[in-house]
Amino acid sequence: MKLKEWIANKEHKDNIRHLSACNAQAEKSEVRHKFSGYNFAFIDEGSKREIRRKLLKAIAIPGYQVPFGSRELPIASGWGTGGLQITFSIIGTEDILKVIDQGCDGSVNAVNIKKLISKVAEVRTTIDTHEATIIQTRHRIPEERMREDQILVLQVPLPEALRRIEPSEVETRRMHAEADYSLMWLYLYEDIVKFKEISIASRYPVMVGGRYIMDPSPVPRWDVPKLHMADTLYLFGAGREKRIYAIPPYTKVEPLEFEDFKFRIEDFKGESCMRCGSKDTFLDEIIDDATGRRTYLCSDTGYCDKVLEGKEGKYYGD
Amino acid sequence: MGYVAVKGGTEAIENAAMFLNYERIKGNSEPLRVEQIKEQLYLLVDRVMGEGSLYAPELAALVIKQSAGDTFEAAFMLRAYRTTLPRVGYSIPQSTKEMRVIRRISAAFKDIPGGQILGTTPDYTLRLLDFELLNDTSEKRESFIRGLFNGIDAAPPIPDSFPKVIEVLRNEGLLIESVSSQNGLPACLPERVRSQSGNAQAGIFDITRQSLTFPAPRSAAMQTMARGETGGMLLLAYSNIRGYGDIHPFLGEMRVGYIPVKIKHPLTGEPYTVGEVKVTEAEIIARFTIKDGSPKFTLGYGLCFGHNETKAITMAILDRAMQSAEPKPVTEVPSITAFEGRLNRGMPSEDQEFVLYHLDGIESMGFCNHWKLPHYVTFQSDLDRLKKAQQESGVKNET
Repeated sequence: MKLKEWIANKEHKDNIRHLSACNAQAEKSEVRHKFSGYNFAFIDEGSKREIRRKLLKAIAIPGYQVPFGSRELPIASGWGTGGLQITFSIIGTEDILKVIDQGCDGSVNAVNIKKLISKVAEVRTTIDTHEATIIQTRHRIPEERMREDQILVLQVPLPEALRRIEPSEVETRRMHAEADYSLMWLYLYEDIVKFKEISIASRYPVMVGGRYIMDPSPVPRWDVPKLHMADTLYLFGAGREKRIYAIPPYTKVEPLEFEDFKFRIEDFKGESCMRCGSKDTFLDEIIDDATGRRTYLCSDTGYCDKVLEGKEGKYYGD
Repeated sequence: MGYVAVKGGTEAIENAAMFLNYERIKGNSEPLRVEQIKEQLYLLVDRVMGEGSLYAPELAALVIKQSAGDTFEAAFMLRAYRTTLPRVGYSIPQSTKEMRVIRRISAAFKDIPGGQILGTTPDYTLRLLDFELLNDTSEKRESFIRGLFNGIDAAPPIPDSFPKVIEVLRNEGLLIESVSSQNGLPACLPERVRSQSGNAQAGIFDITRQSLTFPAPRSAAMQTMARGETGGMLLLAYSNIRGYGDIHPFLGEMRVGYIPVKIKHPLTGEPYTVGEVKVTEAEIIARFTIKDGSPKFTLGYGLCFGHNETKAITMAILDRAMQSAEPKPVTEVPSITAFEGRLNRGMPSEDQEFVLYHLDGIESMGFCNHWKLPHYVTFQSDLDRLKKAQQESGVKNET
């Protein structure tokens, strides 16, 4: 399905409508909240509205980094403030939220962010990927395939994929504008000459819609194929660097590769999760204190739980 | 088992937060009152208000208490609180000629119109420990104050406004206006660039609503520096005046005092004074440049909330540094010989992007500390790459 069709399709208009509905709601009334002294979802309504406008622009130009007036939040810059500002701007009282960090719902930062969101916007939370309407994540995309009515919000530390070859923002913006990506290709080529491998692990640069080179945030290579022709809207927020970008559903997302040197995901050499037995998930390597033996566990803990309980969702591979 | 370590976050962070509170209050001393911080640690309050970008002495004192004196954390909390406040409007631009001065000095002229007023400064004190303060009492303080004012004749009141020292130079045609009056972009930039950038609406950029674009209008650069981290700004300015730059500044005038905050009355449109803020202002004069055939001095300007002289002066130096005649980006490749290299190398303090992107304490502190967050997934991914590269290079992988 083409992007245009997706937007035109009434059934899939939900996400766009959701953004517009938030605007309408904000206009009608000041949504006050029980948590004393703070607005619903922390940020003032005018600012949230501005962020939603920037989101719509980002969706309209897939892979393009839209500058926005990032606000300071009560968690530190570099700890997910970009993702959090997006979540705050799109969340409504009926949403069901899931927050993960490194694939895990129980990780300290995920817990902390979830605590803040539930404190200033009383919404239901879940650890089930299928149940959530909004998932905010750092460094992972869930193993289960997400649907059209869901939004994945990714926290981004360094939004500029070209930064590794060019420190100046003026210069990288020019390179994007002119689609002047020769230096990036040269970098990859030189990497192969040096290491017989492309050494970029996570944050693997992708080409979005055949136009913009984009940083997919520090997800492992494993998650990069999930961005391609997905059913879900992906929103990326970089708070400290003040950039928002998006991948709308059914957009072509290709990792940078050469015809004779293809992109490859991480290889776990047939290892499986020692907890649920999965062989087709991204694994965390655990080294046993006592024996020094290496074991592996699913990085996506919500998925691991499901497999263990025998009610796993749909694989990407299906 | 390993799994527990990954998942056991909730309880641990709640306990850590409580333990943090406990650490601050566990001693036997009296609870620190916010009022005490406001009155007796006023320079700290001023610094936090400036870096936190919110003029609120009471709240600044509160966050200093809450953060146990960590200026980064305190400014951060204040800045985050600021996010929750709606933007109600903009104040009317105010000339600092109207400042209710408590201190003003010039290092360029001995005798300045209106005279030098030293005010409060530690500059000429001997930095010897005052062991008397170990046994500070209200009685001692009162007797000191009584002694101070006893038998002193009433001095003539300080005038409401002082002429600017810089005006003397300006009137004599010795100073170039280094900034285009149109949109506030450095005059050294080509006209093509200047006409494209800048805010057509009011000519003033609002960094709390727009993200920086480069070349940044001067108003954006000023705002970014006004809430910059004092230490970070000092480092960059110092690098310039020490050798990685060419500014050689003179302090034309520095003043500390209160300026009124005026807004337009929403109904009548008349100016209406809603309060006043304490600010520090510095104007530096730097080596001359040839403009329109005649050599002239150039000016750098700094202004920040509260009494923070180091910050105002460093801001003025950086303002001037970023307007250097032909600034070179730091990223420019140095040429082969050392001499040419030095001439050609861009100086960090002259590169707008370098300076403005790196001096915000809240952003830099946050990102540096984020390395404490788990990076299991990205590290795993890196391990995979390293093992692959080792395989390719024929190194035997021990696992």
